[in-house]
Amino acid sequence: MKSKSMRLAMSGLALSCFTAFGAHAAEPKELFFYNWTDYYPVDLLAKFEKETGIKVTMDGYDSNETLLAKLQAGGAAYDVIVPSQSIMQTLIKQDLLMEIDAPSLSNFQYVKGPFRDPSFDPGRKFSAPYLWGTTGFSYDSARVPGGKLDDSWKEFFEPRKELQGQLAALDTSSSVINAASHYLNVDECSENPQDAKRILELLQKQKPFLKMYSSDNTVDRMASGEVIMMQNWNGSTARATLQKSTIKYVYPREGLAMFQDNFAVPKSAPHPGNAKIFIDWMMKPENAAAVSNAIAYANGVQSDSLLDPKWKVMDAINMPEEYASRLRPEKECSNKARELQDRIWSKLKG
Amino acid sequence: MISLHLKKLPATREISLLILAYLYLPIFVLIAYSFNANRSATVWTEFSFAWYGRILANPSIQTAALNSIIVATIATVCATAIALLAALATYRPFYGQKMVEGGINLPLILPEIVTAVATLLLFMALGIKLGLLTVIVAHIGFCIPFAYLPIRARLNDLDKSLLEAANDLYANPWQVFRRVTLPLLWPAVLSGAVLAFVVSLDDFIMTFFVAGPGSTTLPVYIFSAIKAGVTPEINAISTLMLVISIVLVVLAFWLSQRGKQQ
Amino acid sequence: MSVSSTSPALNRALLLSPVVLTLLALIAIPLGIMGYISLLPRNTYGGVDWQAQWQLQSYVQLFFQEGFDGELELNWVYAQALLRSVLQAGGTTVLCFLFGFPVALWMSSLTPRRRNLMVLLITIPFWTNLLIRNYAWLIILREHGWVAQSLNALLPSAGGITLLYNDFAVSVGLVYSFLPFMILPIYSTLEKLDWRLVEAAYDLGANRWHALRRIILPLSMPGVIAGALLVFVPSLGAFITPAILGGGKTLMIGNLIQQQFGTARNWPLGSSLSFLLLAILLVSLVLYALYSRRAAKTINRGATA
Repeated sequence: MKSKSMRLAMSGLALSCFTAFGAHAAEPKELFFYNWTDYYPVDLLAKFEKETGIKVTMDGYDSNETLLAKLQAGGAAYDVIVPSQSIMQTLIKQDLLMEIDAPSLSNFQYVKGPFRDPSFDPGRKFSAPYLWGTTGFSYDSARVPGGKLDDSWKEFFEPRKELQGQLAALDTSSSVINAASHYLNVDECSENPQDAKRILELLQKQKPFLKMYSSDNTVDRMASGEVIMMQNWNGSTARATLQKSTIKYVYPREGLAMFQDNFAVPKSAPHPGNAKIFIDWMMKPENAAAVSNAIAYANGVQSDSLLDPKWKVMDAINMPEEYASRLRPEKECSNKARELQDRIWSKLKG
Repeated sequence: MISLHLKKLPATREISLLILAYLYLPIFVLIAYSFNANRSATVWTEFSFAWYGRILANPSIQTAALNSIIVATIATVCATAIALLAALATYRPFYGQKMVEGGINLPLILPEIVTAVATLLLFMALGIKLGLLTVIVAHIGFCIPFAYLPIRARLNDLDKSLLEAANDLYANPWQVFRRVTLPLLWPAVLSGAVLAFVVSLDDFIMTFFVAGPGSTTLPVYIFSAIKAGVTPEINAISTLMLVISIVLVVLAFWLSQRGKQQ
Repeated sequence: MSVSSTSPALNRALLLSPVVLTLLALIAIPLGIMGYISLLPRNTYGGVDWQAQWQLQSYVQLFFQEGFDGELELNWVYAQALLRSVLQAGGTTVLCFLFGFPVALWMSSLTPRRRNLMVLLITIPFWTNLLIRNYAWLIILREHGWVAQSLNALLPSAGGITLLYNDFAVSVGLVYSFLPFMILPIYSTLEKLDWRLVEAAYDLGANRWHALRRIILPLSMPGVIAGALLVFVPSLGAFITPAILGGGKTLMIGNLIQQQFGTARNWPLGSSLSFLLLAILLVSLVLYALYSRRAAKTINRGATA
């Protein structure tokens, strides 16, 4: 087994060869960035262009599956993509990613411990950490009887009488089924049809109490008071709390999904050199902090000191330590499990 | 001439006015909220042009608008040319005419989700890289029927004796076309082109599936932006797009009316 | 009649070649590819296993699926989604007819100049972007909007009427999108109508209602049916409006197809669902073609009278 320094040296050599080749090939100074919509502050791209001279074009997608479909269809030539940890293995196994060897990049030193060697990408060969978040639920404490809800999924799946008809769920099958699985203490990637049956029954019982299923407009929906409680991401909740301070975020004790988003480079990227420059640049604490401050999600880089004070007071972003045990990183489910989930979802909406 | 009075049936006027109000209510709401100073689309604060300023300065919107215009222009020119040829070929009855016409109008009938996915699969199978070109090609497909219909209708209404006389006078069909048919058809051709342009400008589903990096158009941009929340910026973009579409449609309409008077 | 040396058929073929090529390239071939995919099994990671043997699994899945208790059961989900889409399309068509027919009638009773203005006015809303239209309705129908507020103020006993995220909102949205498609064909048929027949009816003592029911309506049937087709067919595949205005609580066939190419990563099933939808459309079109041929004969008989 090579020592770490040997590995670094080898990567450094490879990288320098690569950049030399890159310099010969003279990559045009542009970058195609394919990211989740509303998941990156546009002014930061301007800063990147000023510092490196590379012009970035950013397009948006709304789900990992859209990203996957576009990559599988082969045609779309993006340089940097932002897959969640739950499809990393699929991308790697299908040979869709370029090896970038993130530890060899100069700013990798700033990456936080837990993010340096994740199980979904050992050794960070293909990816670098971006943002991470959780999917719990948020509620408006001013409109809830007693002003506080128990931190349990029970409040969401079996709502109190006053809240019935005033809740919303995300319109993403994996998020809803995940939450239900955690509440029922069932494996989120269960291949057991009996588990699926229980989940379906729970969701069907909840459906009449929901105002809508929607993954759009999550910030305004809470802030405008259209619903009193909704399944929500922590970042959206934090931004909603800025508009209405009584909005609170819940980390349910039965467990809540945690997603980790990463930078990666598709194999067919037209500007891989620029892609690595961008990814390296994003691991600088000040840039990572700029994103977190704008979109209200925590990042995987040591930038806590640069976090804006208005976010520091919210436990939506600044997760209290005692909740760490409640996090359940999203897993990648097998085809069989996904088929079950698809059937649950179709029957639920059917 | 039948007196118009005969055609008047009770309550039709009242119902029609109500329906007109129903058709225009969202348009007014859209325009009104684009001037709302408050960020939230749900609360009205005060009158402001701020959002228009912001969208005009936003580089993503500028790129998207530019893409929309480029795609629409090229797709329109190609679609109208193809449609014109097709209309010239089909206005006289022939064996299989109904089938050919049905085929030309097929994109109008097929659900767009199906054609969008199928087109993506086509590009995938051929190994074609997604980009502005694939969007343009896809748009040509569904723009053809929109350009075809007005031209075809006008050909139907044309005084056939004019064309026959022209055929006798001129030596070859090309001259007939250039000197007689085309000038007569021109208003309809323009009308069809404008319709195709508007349809291409507004298209969302097809573009969403076949767009590549940097080829986002305005409707796709709006779709992404809406995911983040409906802001007055979206209202402002929508209002601008609406105004442009209306101007173009009125133009198309006026042209086709002028044509009819000739 | 033609003085050119080439035959008219050849000319026609040449003129038609661009459009035929485009049709082939953008519709026939893609649909063919989709058909091919529908016969392949899905890949472990989503997408399609190109190497594998052909199979009818995706079509079987349309109708039969393993239930949660293990037995092979009739798959109601897709049938329900299909049924719901058909009902939605049918309902939209009926509503469009009920609202559109009076408008077309009124339009045909106007002066020519005003008539043209109305045609323009009816068409303009159609040129707005689909998403934008739906979001405008979202603003209008929301709970704290003035429509809902005034309605609830007028009818307090109804106990809080909600106008959004239900079938009512979806109908409002769909009818809004497709009304022009119903009005214009009916209007053009009414324009060509021989109103002397109506005049004769009045002379014979019929009142307006009778004239409408017995003469105008039957004679305008071709326009009505054409309009019905133009509304029914696209609204069958409509899924964005139900998703936005319906609160995402129901699945239409369009949603299902999109889902298979998205979260479910089951391209063969998405393809077979698309063909199922196309099959229904084909049936409607064939029925329409049969009807219009029969109707044309009847109209010809009537017009010459």
